[in-house]
Amino acid sequence: MKRLLVGMSGGVDSSVAAAMLAAAGHDVIGVSLQLYDHSESGRVARCCSPEDFLDARRVASLFGFPYYVINKEELFSRRVLDYFVEEYRVGRTPNPCARCNADVKFEALADLARSLGAEAVATGHYARLLDDPASGHRRLMRAADPAKDQSYFLFDLTQEQLDMALFPLGDMTKRQVREQAIRFGLDSAGKPESQDVCFVEGGDYRDFLRRRTSLSGLAEPEGAMVGIGGETLGRHDGLSGYTVGQRRGLGVAASKRLYVVAVDAPGNRVVLGGEEDLLCDRLSLTGVRCHATGPRGGRFEASVRVRYRHAGAPAKVTLETGERATVTFDEPQRSVSAGQAAVFYQGDLVIGGGWIDAVRRVAAGNQTVASGA
Amino acid sequence: MRRRVYLDNNATAPLRDVAREAIDLAMRRADAFGNPSSPHAFGHEARLALEDSRRQVAAAMGVEPGDVVFVSGGTESDNLAIQGVARAWTAAGRAPGHLVTSAVEHPAVLECCRHLESTGWKLSILPVDGQGLVDPDAVRAALRHDTALVSIMAANNETGVIQPTEEIAAVTRHAGVPLHVDAVQAIGRIPFEAARVGADYLSVSSHKLGGPAGIGALWIREAAPMKPLLLGGGQERRRRPGTESVMLAAGFAAAARAAGRELERAHPSGLRDRMERALLDRLAATRINGIEAPRLPNTSSLTFPAVASETIVIRMDLEGFALSTGSACSTGSARPSHVLAAMGLSQADAASTLRISLGPTNTLEEIDALVETLASVVRDLQASARLPHPAPAGGRG
Repeated sequence: MKRLLVGMSGGVDSSVAAAMLAAAGHDVIGVSLQLYDHSESGRVARCCSPEDFLDARRVASLFGFPYYVINKEELFSRRVLDYFVEEYRVGRTPNPCARCNADVKFEALADLARSLGAEAVATGHYARLLDDPASGHRRLMRAADPAKDQSYFLFDLTQEQLDMALFPLGDMTKRQVREQAIRFGLDSAGKPESQDVCFVEGGDYRDFLRRRTSLSGLAEPEGAMVGIGGETLGRHDGLSGYTVGQRRGLGVAASKRLYVVAVDAPGNRVVLGGEEDLLCDRLSLTGVRCHATGPRGGRFEASVRVRYRHAGAPAKVTLETGERATVTFDEPQRSVSAGQAAVFYQGDLVIGGGWIDAVRRVAAGNQTVASGA
Repeated sequence: MRRRVYLDNNATAPLRDVAREAIDLAMRRADAFGNPSSPHAFGHEARLALEDSRRQVAAAMGVEPGDVVFVSGGTESDNLAIQGVARAWTAAGRAPGHLVTSAVEHPAVLECCRHLESTGWKLSILPVDGQGLVDPDAVRAALRHDTALVSIMAANNETGVIQPTEEIAAVTRHAGVPLHVDAVQAIGRIPFEAARVGADYLSVSSHKLGGPAGIGALWIREAAPMKPLLLGGGQERRRRPGTESVMLAAGFAAAARAAGRELERAHPSGLRDRMERALLDRLAATRINGIEAPRLPNTSSLTFPAVASETIVIRMDLEGFALSTGSACSTGSARPSHVLAAMGLSQADAASTLRISLGPTNTLEEIDALVETLASVVRDLQASARLPHPAPAGGRG
């Protein structure tokens, strides 16, 4: 019997994970992290609400294990919300879930696990871990259910966090998880799927940005929409409303379909172009992490995913000093946004990843379009 | 069944047997279900039962009956005192006046005062010294010609520090300014007589002294100004409309009477002092907050430097001991305790502070077991805090 800490959101996935571990006879301690106070917005929240914690509490009561709510609002605000706002401000598209997993959730839960004498931190994420006897470490792998795989959002976990992690749902499909929830008699069995960005109520992140930036008096200025050649095509109402690859809501009439191909924050411009302008063949990454079992340097081949719903594309990755790397795709890729994570896979294994800092557009004559300041 | 020891009596105290019996009796009496305001025999019996409870609660508060208003609890009692006085003040045709309170009050007092401040009232929040004490001279200095009320607690919920309410009352009486005393933590734990202290309003809560939650009282001195916050009936001499709960009042009264009898016994702080001495022996770095001030005999606020008290509370709960990081009202909040901050503790020390609050049922064996377990948990956490910690984003590249 192992003492295990289980991170519980109140949703069906983490509830089933906790219930399975408790049913297997482990000494489970359930913990919910209070990350965000939705009471100020007055809207119905998708997580961190008293109702979600009550669902988690009921699972704990049903299976007879202790349960605690830990407040990490300050840490979440500093490491995720501030980051989210800043990324949009400099024209990038942030990935708050990948950030939160490594820098808030697993850090807080691993700290607590050590303090409570727990061997592992379990969550309801869909990913698998493979023991690597040669190194004594654990390797991160895609989940068995490709439709639910969340390994992309977990790439930035430290090796130490991976070595403490446990993903009991990694071999299950969502359907199996729901069936298990019904068998266990969990209230959350029929709960709707939680969305990725938990703090953006109603899916309107611009509304969130407006509320958060109005607190600090940082209103977003309007600016110009320009074509690839720099010609003015229209006006934009603040850079945060635009993401590379976006076609809708541009308010520009043109003879061909126009897409956002770059968000130029220093110039406060949105750059529009045709479909061919979306293609990019090279990325520069910062904050590159390679897991202990992964490559230690130089150049290697990998399948690189540039957003959650991207299948991955073959590329050469060259590691550089200062936690930087360059990714060169074998075939150009569409709609790559700076700010997203680029995650390196070899088969089902995640061997590392980094944060996209700049992309080189093919049609721009191999001129690198840096985003950000 | 595994051991469970309750040491969080300042959050709420276990229901006393005498209170349970009194509630049970009130429920069973076929003739006591009436509305105390009804003119018939049913109402008559309910009225007698309610007034009997009122008399017993008044005795525990050390006040004359008749001015004790039953409310829903300590929070409502504080609200009625402060906002009720403010309403009476402006109802007399005056512009919003001035309020005086301290930095260590319960949020029920502080938030009422801040709310009034947002509606045009002036507010003086007095600091406390390193022991958590308000200086009566500072109260005198803060008074103005338009001060409508001074509100100072009898004893603090987080530290147990007892304020010099008699000296403060001497100041306010001399100036002709009414004094509200939040005695929620003090009544039943220390001899406290509002009449002798010289307060004009006194707040008390039932569940802190072993009665049921959901009832409390506000004592209002004869002829002291007051306007109700709720409208809709003449109950409680128009101070608090709404049908009174005869059952809850009976439980409240029985608990108050029992708590009062306990106070007649000697050395109520024996177990607490024994616990503090033993903890200081085993953990030399421990600090006791407010140790040089008079304190409630059941409360201990302990700082264990460099250890997160949130983690201690969980470790101790897993061992069967119910402790607290501070007040239960602020649990789940990221804000550090305003009480400890006002006493000059750093944020780090405030986050390393634990509250232990004993009750009448705690035994010597429980306290000795607590000391052993707590000392080993704190030592263990101190040792792991000294280990080099991995950086949050370490191991890149």
